[in-house]
Amino acid sequence: MRQRRLFSRRRRGVESLSFGAQELRNPERELQRFRGRLAVAAAFVLVAFAALVGRFVYLQVAKHDHYRTLAETNRIAIVPIAPNRGVITDRNGVVLAQSYSAYTLEIQPSRTKNVDATIDALAGIVEVTARDRKRFRKLMEESKNFESLPIRTRLSDEEVARFAANRYRFPGVEIKARLFRHYPFGEVASHAIGYISRIHDRDLSRIAAWDETADYKGTDTIGKVGVELSYERELHGTTGVEEVEVDAAGRAVRTLSRTSPVPGNNLRLSIDIALQAAAEAAFGMRRGALVAIEPATGDVLAFVSKPGYDPNLFVDGIDPTSWQELNESPDKPLLNRPMRGAYPPGSTIKPFLALGALASGRRAPTQAYADPGFFQLPGSSHRFRDDKKGGHGMVDLTRAIVVSCDTYFYLLANETDIDDTHRFMSTLGFGKPTGFDIEGELPGILPSRDWKRQRFAGKQYREEHRKWYLGDSISAGIGQCYTAFTPAQLAHAIATIANDGVAFKPHLVKSIEDARTREVRVLEREPAYALNVKREHLDVIRNALVQVNREGTSATAFKGAGYVSGGKTGTAQVFSLKGEEYREHKVDERLRDHAWYVAYAPADKPAIALAVLVENGGFGAQAAAPIARQVFDYYLLGLKAAGPAPLFGGPTPDAEDASD
Amino acid sequence: MATATLPIGDLLGRLWELLVRRVDPPLFAITLALVGAGFVTLFSAADQSVARLTNQAVSLGVALTAMWVIANLPPQMLSRAALPLYATATLLLVAVALFGIVVNGSRRWLDLGVIRFQPSELMKIALPLMLAWYFQWREGRIGWQDFVLAAVLIAVPAWLVKRQPDLGTALLLSASGFYVLFLAGLSWRVIVGLVASGAAAGPFLWSHLHDYQRQRILTFIDPSTDPLGAGYHTTQASIAIGSGGVVGKGWLNGTQTHLDFLPDKHTDFIFAVFGEEFGLIGNVLLVAVYLALIGRAMIITSNASTLFARLAAGAVTLMLFTYAFVNMGMVSGILPVVGVPLPFVSYGGTALVSLFIGIGILMNVQANRKLVAS
Repeated sequence: MRQRRLFSRRRRGVESLSFGAQELRNPERELQRFRGRLAVAAAFVLVAFAALVGRFVYLQVAKHDHYRTLAETNRIAIVPIAPNRGVITDRNGVVLAQSYSAYTLEIQPSRTKNVDATIDALAGIVEVTARDRKRFRKLMEESKNFESLPIRTRLSDEEVARFAANRYRFPGVEIKARLFRHYPFGEVASHAIGYISRIHDRDLSRIAAWDETADYKGTDTIGKVGVELSYERELHGTTGVEEVEVDAAGRAVRTLSRTSPVPGNNLRLSIDIALQAAAEAAFGMRRGALVAIEPATGDVLAFVSKPGYDPNLFVDGIDPTSWQELNESPDKPLLNRPMRGAYPPGSTIKPFLALGALASGRRAPTQAYADPGFFQLPGSSHRFRDDKKGGHGMVDLTRAIVVSCDTYFYLLANETDIDDTHRFMSTLGFGKPTGFDIEGELPGILPSRDWKRQRFAGKQYREEHRKWYLGDSISAGIGQCYTAFTPAQLAHAIATIANDGVAFKPHLVKSIEDARTREVRVLEREPAYALNVKREHLDVIRNALVQVNREGTSATAFKGAGYVSGGKTGTAQVFSLKGEEYREHKVDERLRDHAWYVAYAPADKPAIALAVLVENGGFGAQAAAPIARQVFDYYLLGLKAAGPAPLFGGPTPDAEDASD
Repeated sequence: MATATLPIGDLLGRLWELLVRRVDPPLFAITLALVGAGFVTLFSAADQSVARLTNQAVSLGVALTAMWVIANLPPQMLSRAALPLYATATLLLVAVALFGIVVNGSRRWLDLGVIRFQPSELMKIALPLMLAWYFQWREGRIGWQDFVLAAVLIAVPAWLVKRQPDLGTALLLSASGFYVLFLAGLSWRVIVGLVASGAAAGPFLWSHLHDYQRQRILTFIDPSTDPLGAGYHTTQASIAIGSGGVVGKGWLNGTQTHLDFLPDKHTDFIFAVFGEEFGLIGNVLLVAVYLALIGRAMIITSNASTLFARLAAGAVTLMLFTYAFVNMGMVSGILPVVGVPLPFVSYGGTALVSLFIGIGILMNVQANRKLVAS
């Protein structure tokens, strides 16, 4: 009964809703009640507004004299004082980045009637170049707030004096003392150090997320890439506050109180800037990357990305022309190649795959296989070629590394499940970031069944695209077919081999010095992990790598070296020449193979391990290994090279010496 | 044909008729007076730059269009839209919690590619409409269960907004919901009980606040604790208003304003600029105009033809009051700092559009009022 009543009422309710009709039980009483409530609300509004008026009377009549005094005779401005940013030095204390104070001429567009006319008039007093004007335009477009923007930076004392005499002509234009960042080495190590530049909107949200908005009140610039970005909070320091009395025109008359800013902490990098410069010089005009690591600590000794850029351009806002040049250059100077460039590793993958084969027991060091010069999958006519026509004869594991025999590794790949390979290679740090202490590292690609399934998950792909084929495994067995590593990953892996299988996370910052107490905090780096491999297996691989440099593919580059080193060359195909033989001179320069080289020295107690990549350099033995030789010579023997590393011509791809 | 020979003046006349037919002249005049005061103050606050005025004028155009459209909707359309609007706004708030983008440490925005959208703004309109619709649907048999359900309808979005975290908006949402309950006849005993238990729960709530929220309350009690942060706002605003005196320093002559002592002087703290330049006389006049706005809105509310219209118009009216009171209260230092703009005066497009949608609702109610005197 009750159910039905409810139901019928609901029906009526719905009808009244859909027709907007009135249906009141007792309309008059309901309305009176509602108006009663409204009257109560009206009374509340009156009381609240009366309270407001009361407050106004209190502020503007009773306390008027007090506030007038505060506002007019004694205007106190709270001025933030930007802290001096920490100094960055190399491992030996050589300064790589430093801030200094200089005068800038700034315009506040919101207070200037005609900005262009003002700039023209200013040009009569201080030098204003076309580049300054362009940069100022860009800053005006980017700045949303009505802030003061620099038209000229680093004014000379004479220019300051000349402007001061003409100051009355320029309302809204001011001379300000600001801190500037200087990178004395320019391009050298630019990708490791990074740069600072003007604070943008996205930086503001980062600052807000740290809850440091108040601390950046006096700061115009912030770290944008590299160490400057990742160690921003160490480098920045704490903003000071100055309470000043200002006159009617808003000029500071005297300081009332001052809390000094605390300068940022100083960073000591693990990089050896002299070694870094030697490594960059060794590249000459070649494009590429080099990462050198101290195997026993994970210290990054050199971090090269060629070509680089001059970080000084960014410090007070880069002008559009320079920006366009950097951004649109086909050489990609802004690309951080060591961490963000992923390239097929080619034959440099072989020692690592060989170590995996030893560790899993799939290969014994002495087992030898016949190499006819190619490998064929059963039931397939496709020949996976070796570099040497006719093959290398009987090849065991050591010889396979020394002569870089492809067939040996085709056979190994044929017997090894790709997921097993993936598992072992991940322990060496491939397919994931190595854990660099600066941001932006890419994981590269270490293929597996799951990876391929996800990579080709899109609707445009069919099941046959997603499936893993044995043929994929065979190509992956010589570091091709999807496989792509960053120079940082290869350097990290070869350093791990050199360090008896104990891996460290590579890092660019070695220690941090507290700016106030001068206390040095060494960033203790614990070994990240140890490889689960036997010492004797590591020794087999390392002996093979030493032989590579003695009599194998990179013997030419290391002829007469005053130390024993181990290494492995590699050549990575940029594009596939469907079954054709590769002829260097026929291929467009940008499509030429990438040259790789991984190495460490001295062989008995490695002090340095590195990976070199030369983009479109051709053969690793020719283009990349000579760079490593110059770096080792400098680091171990102090030998300075006379010029860029030589390109070894001579051997053709068919010759045994150069087959990668 | 008759239309072909129609004089152009007549055509314009018809167009004019169409434009003003459902616009309530007193309400419109009062809001325009406030907008005018806003432009005058903004010109001074923006250091006589025209760019901000132009932006604000564009926003005003959009806002007036929105107002006109809402005012001209068929009366039942608003009540029909209430439930879908509320459901959409709630889903969007959930979406914000899941995929929202973080700006200034709060997850309040949805990134729609071209624009960023703050669903809590939509909820400010949807919640009172939803509650008004619910009570209209249950009209004649409203019991305590309905108030419990209504409380849940308020609590869900308020909780979602509070955890963004945006305590200010969550409180404003709760207030708009509470106004509907109050006007719908929530028992005085419950109201007194709520106030008492709220006071008792204070210490418990304190432990649930975010650090920045506690900081704001602490700064409200003693502004000097945070000279570079929130306390600076309060101190400088008080100096601005207090130094204005009875007659003010005159338009464009506020020293606090022009020497950049006042933060957020275009937006939330624009009242300090007004108070400094126009003094007590200006302030009292401004309060009087707000009072006129609320008075007119209350008359419209009281003449509304349906329960839905009464409750919706009542909630809009009291929210207009709340914004004006909370903003002037915080700038003059009797309320803690929460991010509420001064209605129709502060610079900012989103707020202006929301406010004129509210005015549109009032006009819609007025146009469909009971024509028989009761």
